[in-house]
Amino acid sequence: MVDINYAAPDTLDKAVALLARTGGAKVFAGGTDVIVQLHADLIEPELLVDIKNIPEVRSIAAEKGGFRVGAAMPAMKILDHKAFATAWPGVIEGVALIGSVQVKGRATIGGNLCNASPAADSVPALIAAGAVCTIVGPNGRREAPVETIVTGPGKTSLAKGEIIASFFFPARAPHSGDCYLRLTPRTEMDIAVVGVGVSLTLDGSGTCTAARVALGAVAPTPLLVAAAGAALVGTKVDAAALAKMAAAASAACRPISDKRGTKEYRIKTAAVIARRTAEKALERARAN
Amino acid sequence: MASILEKSGFNPDKKLKIVGTNPVKHDGPDKVTGRAKFGADLMLPGMLFGKVLRSPHPHANIRSIDTSAAEKVPGVRAVVTRADFPELPFGTGPGDLSRNIMAREKALYDGHAVAAVAATSEAIAKKALKLIKVDYEVLPHVIDVRDAMKAGAPVLHPTLRTKGVEGAADKQTNVVERLVLAVGDIDKGFAEADVVIERTFDSQPMHQGYIEPQGCVANWTDDGQVDLWCTTQGTHVFRDRLGEILKMESAKIRVTQSEMGGGFGGKTGFYAEPLAVVLSKKARRPVKIVLTRSEVFRGTGPVSGTHYRVKMGCTKDGRITAADAELLFQTGAFTGSMYFNAPQAMFTRYALKNIRTVSYEVVSNRPKVNSFRAPCVPQIVFGVEQIINELAEKIGIDPIDIRLKNAMKQGDTTIYGQTFGPIGFVETLEASKKCDHYRSPVPKGQGRGVAAGFWFNRGGDTTGSLTVTPDGSVTLMLGTSDVAGSRLSISMMAAEELGVPLDKVRAILADTSSIGNNRVTAGSRTTFSSGMVIIDSARKVIKELCRRAAIIWKVPEDGVVFEDGFCKPASSNVGEFAPLSIAEIAAKTSVSHGAISGHSEMNVTGEGPGFGLHIVDVEVDKETGRVDIKRYTVIEDAGKAIHPLQVEGQYQGGAIQGVGWALNEEYVYGADGRLQNPGFLDYRMPVASDVPMVDTVIVEVPNPNHPYGLRGVGEVPVVPTMAAIANAIHAAAGIWPDSLPMSPPKVLDWIEAAQKR
Amino acid sequence: MAKKAHVTLTVNGDEYEALVDPGQTLVDALRNELQLTGTKEGCSTGDCGACSIRLDGELVCSCLVLAIEADGRRIDTIEGMANGETLHPLQRNFLELNGLQCGICTPGILIAAKALLERNPDPTETEVRYWLAGNLCRCTGYDKVIRSVLAAAAEMRRA
Ligand code: FES
Ligand code: FES
Repeated sequence: MVDINYAAPDTLDKAVALLARTGGAKVFAGGTDVIVQLHADLIEPELLVDIKNIPEVRSIAAEKGGFRVGAAMPAMKILDHKAFATAWPGVIEGVALIGSVQVKGRATIGGNLCNASPAADSVPALIAAGAVCTIVGPNGRREAPVETIVTGPGKTSLAKGEIIASFFFPARAPHSGDCYLRLTPRTEMDIAVVGVGVSLTLDGSGTCTAARVALGAVAPTPLLVAAAGAALVGTKVDAAALAKMAAAASAACRPISDKRGTKEYRIKTAAVIARRTAEKALERARAN
Repeated sequence: MASILEKSGFNPDKKLKIVGTNPVKHDGPDKVTGRAKFGADLMLPGMLFGKVLRSPHPHANIRSIDTSAAEKVPGVRAVVTRADFPELPFGTGPGDLSRNIMAREKALYDGHAVAAVAATSEAIAKKALKLIKVDYEVLPHVIDVRDAMKAGAPVLHPTLRTKGVEGAADKQTNVVERLVLAVGDIDKGFAEADVVIERTFDSQPMHQGYIEPQGCVANWTDDGQVDLWCTTQGTHVFRDRLGEILKMESAKIRVTQSEMGGGFGGKTGFYAEPLAVVLSKKARRPVKIVLTRSEVFRGTGPVSGTHYRVKMGCTKDGRITAADAELLFQTGAFTGSMYFNAPQAMFTRYALKNIRTVSYEVVSNRPKVNSFRAPCVPQIVFGVEQIINELAEKIGIDPIDIRLKNAMKQGDTTIYGQTFGPIGFVETLEASKKCDHYRSPVPKGQGRGVAAGFWFNRGGDTTGSLTVTPDGSVTLMLGTSDVAGSRLSISMMAAEELGVPLDKVRAILADTSSIGNNRVTAGSRTTFSSGMVIIDSARKVIKELCRRAAIIWKVPEDGVVFEDGFCKPASSNVGEFAPLSIAEIAAKTSVSHGAISGHSEMNVTGEGPGFGLHIVDVEVDKETGRVDIKRYTVIEDAGKAIHPLQVEGQYQGGAIQGVGWALNEEYVYGADGRLQNPGFLDYRMPVASDVPMVDTVIVEVPNPNHPYGLRGVGEVPVVPTMAAIANAIHAAAGIWPDSLPMSPPKVLDWIEAAQKR
Repeated sequence: MAKKAHVTLTVNGDEYEALVDPGQTLVDALRNELQLTGTKEGCSTGDCGACSIRLDGELVCSCLVLAIEADGRRIDTIEGMANGETLHPLQRNFLELNGLQCGICTPGILIAAKALLERNPDPTETEVRYWLAGNLCRCTGYDKVIRSVLAAAAEMRRA
């Protein structure tokens, strides 16, 4: 660990200025990844910019029929938000798997995304949900879909000085449902071997009108698999459609073999988990 | 040898007041309030913080180590390397130990210590470590046991020669020893068999996984004495080994144990403790070293990984006629796996006439292994107990019945030559058949497995003392470690003997200068052995109390008896005297000659072998290979449960450790020979949501060699677990697992392979 | 070395001042600067839960909090769980039901369990198991840990 400094500005502008000004500055929110990396000498920032004193990134509110969730809201606070949890049970499932209760007391979805692990549990669910990030930086604000943020393991598309301030979740159409399921050897405390987020919408007759399928842990970045979503649209999400979707999910996998699972295993099980996730999302959509 | 019990009269009908109840342990309150002091909790004035530099290479010659830059960092008070340890020859106990705690000629595994720093803060020590320059000549490495045995494999120790093989004298090798243990004639035995099954298996090293990393404070005084406070399973062994590797007299070393946050065998040997001692000598200040979790995984010993073959045959009616095994054990970079336990224990519980085992202990570029509950046995029982089930399945009999049919009984002789006294295997099997779990139908979609296990249990050198204070309360001094409540169990036996309330008894874990030798707390020996010396001490005290009462009453010594905590006249002929309590006698020491204490030291023998059976129901996700443990029951003979809740705790804890070993725990090495998963995130021990409650049935077939009939209960609970789970997976998914851990990818592969067949 | 920062921590109602490195974790500061060693450190990576504490009421791993962040905030540790000589029902049930063996995991488990019972006074076995999934215990196999929590919950509901 090198010598580091710490600052806790109370506005986004101050935070952006600090980040833009200092060479090795790093955004610090929940700290559950940053502190571990710091002590393992994986990162050596000169300055930690703690954004938790900035109200905008620590709130959750209804907006345009949907929700805006502050990027530095701790996971436990998101889980406890009843209205959001009812609208987006799949996102909640992803957030619930970020870590232990203790970790979730600190961890944030902004951090889960910006840590840029291919296996981050909330990310496929956010992508499936069509969540959009509001990003603040030296050049002002911009918006970007979640799936455009991670560009490789540990790498993001954020420019120097940029911070994700919040996530916008659009209004939910009737008969919509989402789900996130992952495969891990243990029930908890593991990194996903495969994670799948599915969000879909049905029309009055039960035909799928929209579907987004996102995969985690099977490629260098979380993936939005358009072909998998397309396999469901226009169908009754029957066994044949699910099989086609699962095959598309498998086909999109570009995993590595590592301590958490072999390539072959990930590809095989991605299809299984994709099918199970879609089935659950379908069940929810039908119930809505 | 006349058993201690012959002298003490084991009496199964004795009415017990305290033994067999469940009082709160005396060390408990401080543990629930955070006041108990564990290895990392001690601070001394002027204390420095030590940090260890570790080799990133699995195998490398160390050409030179330059510590000059590190020494110049302000706040750094000492740097030590191999040069600070006396030269001791390789291939001797101390020589190997010295090389393991600090690399000498070579770094032999990823994580092998090469230097250490003491500084005024941990941050400074860490900074200094980065400035130490080690010139490594990286060598080819070998991780797997079979690869290490191949001709042309990288050789770890150029002077190592295989023991037990003729003509090995001039061959370089990684094989430490070949050991043959056999009885009868297996060819004849297999010829009698109607069914023969032969399979090969492998297993991964498993870490003990204690939640408390090793922590110590060492202080080398200006008088040349060493004080070492640490978390340990054996203060005396630490002292003696420290003396050997530092070439100093043991009497100058005092080791004091802290509370221990789990050991399970892993704290029977030391790692950074000697480095703290030598740093303290150089810095002339106390030095504290606490390992990080990653250091625990990379630098301390797991249990042996294995590769092995087992063949067994039985007749149509279920009599096992022969067993044959070839076993390869990884021992890490140095010998010391205790692999010899495996051939002794793997079939012991079945009365077999014909057995042949050939075992090998092999070094490779991994951390030196250490003990873990029933060292080297559970991973082999994994194979044996599957084959027993497969035999039962082939001939169509119940898996517990085939075990009953072959079960060892009193009078049977083991492969290692012991003729059993009363043992409880049959009783355990019968209790298993009767228990609710076994009798209830297997839920739909699940599979049920059973497996049995055995452990010798141990005795050995033990010392203890018992003192009656002037107010009649009692202090015990124990030299063993308390891993999960032995202080309490031993106090309960002392209170029972003396007839005093438990609350009047307090036990302390004494340091090495305060009490005589004790073997490590391992092998399920402590409640048994330390209990034995304390009972012996109590009986000496009782004798003395009677003598004192006789003096007070001015009657002959044999006119006094001791009952329920009081000295009483043996009969009305002696005279009319009101009974004297221990407190009353203790208060009169001026009349009756000073303080009262009893002391006992013995090489305790007469340990009672332990047997258990596990029943487990699992669900297998056939699309992902995940295995869910749905229901678990442990049935085991405790001899006598001194504190039943603590005995249950041993059964449950052992079983769940076995669940981890069975399903997920393993060491993952990269092609570079570096450990990939040195942390709890990727070394996957069971978490609370992974497992169900563990039901227990305590069978009590007393060990007549112990005053209260106890055996040991710490090891057996992990012996059958992996086999029981494998057998349950077989029942659920139709596959026979041949590799540990039975992780989801492997299980899925097996299922797919079976579907293709 | 970077300059140390001065922090004021309110631990179990007592105010402490300390100088900490900006990168120093809260568990390190609690143990080494404040000498409150009841909070244990088993992994330093958020994977064992031995360092569990409450930070302004939130259950967190103190190895994943910087001491500097806790400046001016309220911290509750195991040392503050009993009310004087009276143990908390969780502490007492752990003792009576043998919910601890070695006891190294116990402070973290007690802190976590207390947070659970404040949110959910009547948890199911499964809820307790999932809530405590971040608290490793290698000794007990969890059985008696879970039973102790359930028994304490039942007792607290009766009170
Ligand atoms: S020490 Fe904080 S979770 Fe293990
Ligand atoms: S009681 Fe030892 S780790 Fe839980």
